[in-house]
Amino acid sequence: MNALAQKNIMSPENNDAEASSTTTDLLTVMIGGQRFGIPILQVQDVLGEQTVTKIPLAPPEVAGSLNLRGRIVTAIDVRTRLALPAYEDSSHKRMGVVVEHDQELYSLVIDKVGDVMSLSADDFESNPPTLDPLWREVSAGIYRLQGELLVVLDIPRLLNLSHTS
Amino acid sequence: MDELVVEFLTETNESIQELDLDIVHLEQNPNDKNLLSKIFRLMHTIKGTCGFLGLPRLEKVAHRAENVLGRFRDGDLEVTPAYVTLILESIDRIKLIVSGLEQNGAEPEGDDTALIEKLDSVYEGRDTGASTAATAPASTPEDEIFVPVPAFATGPAPEEKAEAKPEMKAEIKTEHKEDAQKESALAAQTLRVNVDVIENLMTMVSELVLTRNQLLQISRTQTQTDFSAPLQRLNQVVSELQEGVMKTRMQPIGNAWAKLPRIIRDLAHELGKKIDLVMEGQETELDRQVLELIKDPLTHMVRNSADHGIEDPKSRATAGKNETGKILLQAFHEGGHIIIRIADDGKGLPLDKIRRKILKNGLATEEELAQMTPQQIQQFIFRAGFSTAEQVTSVSGRGVGMDVVRTNIERIGGSIELKSVEGKGSTFTIKIPLTLAIVSALIVESAGERFAIPQLAVRELVMVSSKSESKIETIRGAPVLRLRDRLLPLVSLSDLLKLKTTAQSAQASSRYIVVTQVGAYAFGIIVDRVFDTEEIVVKPVAKILRNLDLFSGNTILGDGSVIMILDPNGIARATGEIGSSDSMSQTTADDQDFGPKREKVALLLFSAGGSAPKAVPLSLVARLESIQMEHVENSSGQHVIQYRGHLMPLVSYGNSDLPSQGEKPVLVFSDKTHTVGIVVDEIIDIAEEYLEVELASDQKGLLGSAILHGKATDVIDVAYFLSSVNKNWFRDHGNDAYSKGAKSGARRILLVDDSPFFRNMLTPLLTVAGYQVTSLESAGEALKMCDRGEKFDVIISDIEMPDMDGFEFAQKVKAGSNWQNTPMVALTSHATAEDVNRGFAVGFKKYVAKFDRDTLLSTLSETITEQKMAAE
Repeated sequence: MNALAQKNIMSPENNDAEASSTTTDLLTVMIGGQRFGIPILQVQDVLGEQTVTKIPLAPPEVAGSLNLRGRIVTAIDVRTRLALPAYEDSSHKRMGVVVEHDQELYSLVIDKVGDVMSLSADDFESNPPTLDPLWREVSAGIYRLQGELLVVLDIPRLLNLSHTS
Repeated sequence: MDELVVEFLTETNESIQELDLDIVHLEQNPNDKNLLSKIFRLMHTIKGTCGFLGLPRLEKVAHRAENVLGRFRDGDLEVTPAYVTLILESIDRIKLIVSGLEQNGAEPEGDDTALIEKLDSVYEGRDTGASTAATAPASTPEDEIFVPVPAFATGPAPEEKAEAKPEMKAEIKTEHKEDAQKESALAAQTLRVNVDVIENLMTMVSELVLTRNQLLQISRTQTQTDFSAPLQRLNQVVSELQEGVMKTRMQPIGNAWAKLPRIIRDLAHELGKKIDLVMEGQETELDRQVLELIKDPLTHMVRNSADHGIEDPKSRATAGKNETGKILLQAFHEGGHIIIRIADDGKGLPLDKIRRKILKNGLATEEELAQMTPQQIQQFIFRAGFSTAEQVTSVSGRGVGMDVVRTNIERIGGSIELKSVEGKGSTFTIKIPLTLAIVSALIVESAGERFAIPQLAVRELVMVSSKSESKIETIRGAPVLRLRDRLLPLVSLSDLLKLKTTAQSAQASSRYIVVTQVGAYAFGIIVDRVFDTEEIVVKPVAKILRNLDLFSGNTILGDGSVIMILDPNGIARATGEIGSSDSMSQTTADDQDFGPKREKVALLLFSAGGSAPKAVPLSLVARLESIQMEHVENSSGQHVIQYRGHLMPLVSYGNSDLPSQGEKPVLVFSDKTHTVGIVVDEIIDIAEEYLEVELASDQKGLLGSAILHGKATDVIDVAYFLSSVNKNWFRDHGNDAYSKGAKSGARRILLVDDSPFFRNMLTPLLTVAGYQVTSLESAGEALKMCDRGEKFDVIISDIEMPDMDGFEFAQKVKAGSNWQNTPMVALTSHATAEDVNRGFAVGFKKYVAKFDRDTLLSTLSETITEQKMAAE
């Protein structure tokens, strides 16, 4: 309980930077029917379907590695990371959003990339306490959009796989 | 000049230049703690090195200056300009002595008492800044009078020097200028390039190599185009460029170790300890810059091991240890890393003392300490200003130690690990990453996935299929392969990586075995297909994958795809074999002093002649056969069987009669010319266990008993059985049947040296070079052997030995003994022209420096050839 309470206090502070500016630019992506946002400044690239090399013995979230213009990028299956069922339609081309973390490149494999949105800080909410703990872990907060909600992905936490294995 | 001295000079010249700069900075910010520590360390290094090289004058000055600097560093003393002048004066004196040393090869004579008095008075607090300020600038004329002038380089008599005093004063000024211009002839031979420049160059070359690979891949799919010829040329040039750039960076680590034996030897004398330094993997190549950076830390750590780690002979004897302490220095490649290990069997880190020190220095509270594990407490030795030595010796113990070591290692992206058991010893493991290295790799496929195996670890490839002669067999489910008189343990890559076997690969009629060697451990990796080899750039895997031991990195292939690079060490570990300790056993085999060996050995367990299971090292077994007893024949009182076109003698375990019927398993032992089979009742298993033979058995044919799989097991002495069947078995091998390297008819060498360290170092070296080595610790023993009529091809003898030195020994040998015609080579750590002449006079044929292993080997082969020619 303690940790939870702390998190609720912490979250708005964490997003002070976003709140102080009037709008935040997010790249929106769709994963399992839910809209997510990735801070645009962290996005390096958006990739179409890529051939990945599987990495045996790696954590299940690791989809493999791929070559992006001479750099090796580790692909993370965000569906698995978010404990969503695997994509049923295997013929569907999935996409990758490349982000840099700790001087290394990761490609977040998602279902579909949407638009870039400029969102006002007024629409920002911290994570509701009822949110699934796993999701709460990787979510930096929620934006209220017209007709739907957008979960902001916290990239460093998303890429921290240490506790899942 | 001694190589060590030359190296010291180059190093010191560099240090002094650095010092000069730093001290001037210090004057500007007198209270910069970092700067003070840095100056202190540099001075410390100079002092330390001088001590070992026997440069007393230099050492004295550096030691006193260090004392004063120590007080500055500890904040006892305010740094005033007067003190800075005093320190600069000391540095000038050091420079003076060093330049004298450089020209004459010996310390110039001179009197430093005035300077030392000044330093001491500051150190002891007798002096105030003011009086130093008054005296410091007025340096006495004697200080400068011994600046060596080329005219005196040959070493004139001291009186002449004294007479020359007045005229020389004028010359001295210009001499100083010239000095500055010259800097140092030695330093000028090397060109210092910023590591960033080389690193950049290397990155570019790596990228170039990858791009070239991609181009080549494209061109392979195309028939002759206009591009083919220039592409060929490009290929060649890139290869050469790559080689060149690699070469600029690589140096064997042995270069950094060269002076360690001397240091340890001297240290042992000074401290009254007995210490063996064993060095392994000198040839391991290391980035030059990395080498430079770890050189001092390594020296420091080895020195620490000798000073703090190894106990004096008496305490060792009381603790039930061998009086001679051992320091093991190892270097080897492991995946993308270079591992350097410094292990001693001394007293380990004293936890209580560390605890007290932590409390005293306020690094942690009592409660915090109570919660810490011993490992965490030990880690405190890496903190600045921490030293557990109770006395400050001239060797170490000023608290410069481990924090510098760690800083230096971490600066190059390495890590240092410490394992210490009180009373048993300490092991430091330094891991230095080779993040960017181009290696040649074999591309293989297993279950539809491709992997790269570094070519370095690959010995050979074997194709196996149900139809071909070589096939995979299993013993209790463990796959093995018969490979030229050896059983090779196998591991399936798809099992290891938990790959889903595709239908296609499961049905494949043939597979490949990649025979891999890690240290002394050879094993086979079963893969489905083998492609070609490719030059790859090892790139580290993403951080989230670092814990996967089986991979050393990943890379991009010519076709643009990403591939994982397998780490043979990781695979060896995963199969239960400890890779690194294996290599250790090879050298320790020659000297039993080091206690029980702790490496896992693959053992073949069988039953025969009695209830206790028997075991024999698997590596000795050439093949396992099963034979029909009906086919056994008798020939000259021996059981024999026709085997592969020859007669193979058979012996039954326990010498019981061979049954006349039925099928029996036979262990086949073989070397080039002989084959012997031992008939046993049943093969039980193959086990990998630490082999610790506990009871030396009186029973012939048994080495003793060991606990294997929780059962007492007799370990059989193969040598006994082999010689019982064939008396000639060991004649070709000397007494070295287990060593694969022994060549028949090897030249015999007698090595006489009082230092166990050199015996231990040279014996394996010479053995590997194909010689049969007998080593003795004194000339007296050698002469006894001579009287017994032993014969040798060459005698190598140390010069400095107690009781009878090398000269006397040579004289006795040449004076009509059995060995008067045997050529003798003198081995010495310092050879003056006089010594060399005396050596030749008493009958030595050659003189070789102790550390010069290449010359030693070439001299030996030369000497033997000459001897042969003379005989014919």
